[in-house]
Amino acid sequence: MELKEKLVSSFLAFEEEYTGANDDLHKIRNQAIKDFETIGFPSRKEEDYKYTSLKSVLKEDYSLFPKKENAIEYKDIKKYLIHEIDTYDLVFIDGIYSSHLSSTTHDKIDVCLMSSALNKDLYKPLIDNYFNKIAPKNGLNSLNTAFTKEGAFIHIHKNTMADKPIQIINFSTGNESSILVQPRNLIVVDENSHCQIIERHQSLTEQPVLTNSVTEIFADKRAIVDYYKIQNDKLSASLIDNTYIEQKSESFCSVHTFSFGGKLTRNNLNFYQRGERIDSTMKGITIIEGKQHVDHNTLVHHIEPNCESHQDYKGIFDEKSVGVFNGKVVVEKEAQKTNAYQSNNNVLLNDKATINSKPQLEIFADDVKCSHGCTIGQLDEDALFYLQSRGIPRKEASGLLMYAFANNVLESVKIPEIKKRINKLIALKLGVELGFNL
Amino acid sequence: MLKIKNLHASIEDKEILKGINLEINPGEVHAIMGPNGSGKSTLSSVIAGKEEFEQTQGEILFENTEISEMDPEERAHKGIFLSFQYPVEIPGVSVTNFMRTAINAHRKANGLEDMPANEMLKKIREKSAALEIDRKFLSRSLNAGFSGGEKKRNEIFQMAMLEPKLAILDETDSGLDIDALKIVADGVNKLRSKDNAVLLITHYQRLLNYIVPDVVHVMIDGKIVKSGGKELALELEERGYEWVKAEKAV
Repeated sequence: MELKEKLVSSFLAFEEEYTGANDDLHKIRNQAIKDFETIGFPSRKEEDYKYTSLKSVLKEDYSLFPKKENAIEYKDIKKYLIHEIDTYDLVFIDGIYSSHLSSTTHDKIDVCLMSSALNKDLYKPLIDNYFNKIAPKNGLNSLNTAFTKEGAFIHIHKNTMADKPIQIINFSTGNESSILVQPRNLIVVDENSHCQIIERHQSLTEQPVLTNSVTEIFADKRAIVDYYKIQNDKLSASLIDNTYIEQKSESFCSVHTFSFGGKLTRNNLNFYQRGERIDSTMKGITIIEGKQHVDHNTLVHHIEPNCESHQDYKGIFDEKSVGVFNGKVVVEKEAQKTNAYQSNNNVLLNDKATINSKPQLEIFADDVKCSHGCTIGQLDEDALFYLQSRGIPRKEASGLLMYAFANNVLESVKIPEIKKRINKLIALKLGVELGFNL
Repeated sequence: MLKIKNLHASIEDKEILKGINLEINPGEVHAIMGPNGSGKSTLSSVIAGKEEFEQTQGEILFENTEISEMDPEERAHKGIFLSFQYPVEIPGVSVTNFMRTAINAHRKANGLEDMPANEMLKKIREKSAALEIDRKFLSRSLNAGFSGGEKKRNEIFQMAMLEPKLAILDETDSGLDIDALKIVADGVNKLRSKDNAVLLITHYQRLLNYIVPDVVHVMIDGKIVKSGGKELALELEERGYEWVKAEKAV
């Protein structure tokens, strides 16, 4: 049976399992499965998936609902967490919440589970207001919505600074079989509030894993949200990350995406600016090799005046790896004085590596500053010669230059431990040793 | 130490060096002067091993070993250092880390272990103090946002750290004010010994007031057309290059 049919036919059993109080959820999920049945998975015929085929990851016979909870010891997964600092942790194993690996709170902020938010009356107003409101209707989002069950639910109340960063970590074990997981996250940050979130998907099995994750984020007036996505998964794991952010006036949201691992990674990242003087920042570093494939598909929708957006994506592609960058910026007629910057710089280390870079600017306002730049190149020979003339062998010199190329994206990372961790990962990836004073 | 015989080199089939002969002995300082486009910088790049240039004829012997086929890093490991006219900016890599990478690459090539961190720091402190380089400067990204003077001083700092046998200084004086020039010259003079040599590439006589050469060469159109003592530099400063060209034509 094809994955699509398998999913549709298993929906009924899944739906019957839900015994929560929220009747609206039934309606939403039922509608979503109908939408998925109609729309299906995206194919390369669609403009947005022209350079990314999901065929190879959809052909697996994924197990959909692993029953048995897998026992994982903290010591086995410690390295995947930013453990050097104190954090709230939401840890899921095969889509199931692991209480003994997590640390949640309801003190001034809610860092808890989507399943409890969906089931408790206390959270109903928030769910009614925010759940499934900005994720556009398409095959992947509908599929995730239909099977919404678990994920992170974060609510930062008005005038509150989350006292420590929040980590959302999804582990896959699949009980030794291939597995499809669909986390669903909802993050609501009220007026004048602030939080930092780190998200990671990590496979612990050699079996194929497909993650179709949907995250909706709402940043109210003057809210600040910093989101870090660490994508360094096994080569048997693929990820479709769908993240949608709605911002109100004077809010500031940034998303940093570090893509080093995985078989196929597709990042759908949309920002909707509903207010004035909003800042949206998205940055990414991609370093891949072999047959890895990373696709960044971004959208910034400038709806009102005096807002800014900044995009800076860097990629280094070796061997037969494929990169895609599709950055769309829409500036509505009312959105005067918009400043939108986009840059996508790439280094191809091999004749067989590919990058498809496509900026799309749709500007309907006349008083705006929009810039976009895309470069695709090899390493600068003059710079290589400079390093070689200092006795640094060519291979190491290339590593240093690539490190320098990617590194400036890290300047805007606000958690020093993440900066250190990513710095190390980049250095490791590129075979550069940087020793002290990092 | 360095013996160049009938060196020809081209870039994209255009011949730039048209038969250079040059011999530099340990302990000597040589200066090459000449008008723009005469091939001075090309010569320094070819000695250091830049692949962009094709060596079509001739030999480059360094300590009696033919180095023409060697990679730039191998030449560096043998003790050749080139101070760049336009040093390359490398954001994200600090001067200290860069120096550490370079020194340990040299040591590895010579079969030595990495230099211990405390020894490295001590050496960095010593050499930077001698060149009046601020400690803060060392944690900045290599050459990124450095002024022209800072870049040149950083080149000399690298030279002091790597202690080469042959230091080639390509237009190191350009872009320096008089104070910076003195500090740089002082750094070069400190390196001078009976065992190592310096090759200065310059437009102006000014630098040669502070680093006094044993031999001055005039390079025109890819050839060394005249050589003499330090007084030749003064004469060139006064009379320009036209008279040398005229002499050559005769």
